[in-house]
Amino acid sequence: MPDALRDHAVDNLRYIRETMERAGSFTSIPGWGGFIIGLTALATTAIAEPLTAWTPRLWLWTWLGEAVLAGSIGAFTMVRKARRAGTLLASGPARRFFISYFAPMVVGAILTAAMVRIGSYEPLPAMWLLLYGTAFVSSGAFSIRVIPILGVCFMILGLAAAFVPLGVGNLLLGAGFGGLHIIFGLIIARSYGG
Amino acid sequence: MAKAASGAQRTARRVVQTAIPDFDRLIHEKTRLAIVSALAVNPTLTFNELKAILKTTDGNVSVHTRKLEEANYLTCRKSFQGRMPRTEYSLTAAGRRALERYLNHMEALIRATRRV
Repeated sequence: MPDALRDHAVDNLRYIRETMERAGSFTSIPGWGGFIIGLTALATTAIAEPLTAWTPRLWLWTWLGEAVLAGSIGAFTMVRKARRAGTLLASGPARRFFISYFAPMVVGAILTAAMVRIGSYEPLPAMWLLLYGTAFVSSGAFSIRVIPILGVCFMILGLAAAFVPLGVGNLLLGAGFGGLHIIFGLIIARSYGG
Repeated sequence: MAKAASGAQRTARRVVQTAIPDFDRLIHEKTRLAIVSALAVNPTLTFNELKAILKTTDGNVSVHTRKLEEANYLTCRKSFQGRMPRTEYSLTAAGRRALERYLNHMEALIRATRRV
């Protein structure tokens, strides 16, 4: 009987913890969406690589096009996952997630415009990777546990990209937006319901 | 096998309820325990948010929130968002204390029945 009592109490505590985690987190991160974004980013890396030496402006536009495409894929798959799971994209945890996620992204957009204005393209890969990583580290506090880890991985690639020429920076963008999205997309899809 | 396990769980639940004198039976019920736990980590939750978190029916949320409200564990605020009615719940200080007491009871129970 003491064993059954103990197991019952442990089950209850686990149930409370799981409910609190579910209620306090935004869980509709689309794993398969991340995987597809990873594939398009790898294609963009290959397309943009020759442009790094030839015309950095066109290189920039290629990645901006990828950003728009990735944003659309991410939004579409996120809405689909949320609908399927019956979660709300306007809930408290979701709002906190989006505010923390978009703040560094807005900073990235402003700094990109400022750097392009003075013709400085080389720091862009490092800046994008670092700020995208920051977005996941901060928003990860309101989401599934794997998100802050993804953010740290992006930041490590950003650190490496800060000290290399644009051609290598482009490859590191591919490793991050391509490789990390594919790996973490699969992890999320398998472990967090799609 | 499953029948025997659920029987043991029911017995354990009864023993929990009688073994601890000031045990809070109101939040021992699973749905109510989930409602109180969800509100412990959110300042407010709407009816629909609670329904999505609990993955249950309108009727179930309605019945259990009313019981918690009657015990003064929840407050309920009704308003309109455009033309749509909106019901928002938040945990009262009494509700938070009840959850803390419940957690302490469960931990005490685990300590008291620790396997040697």
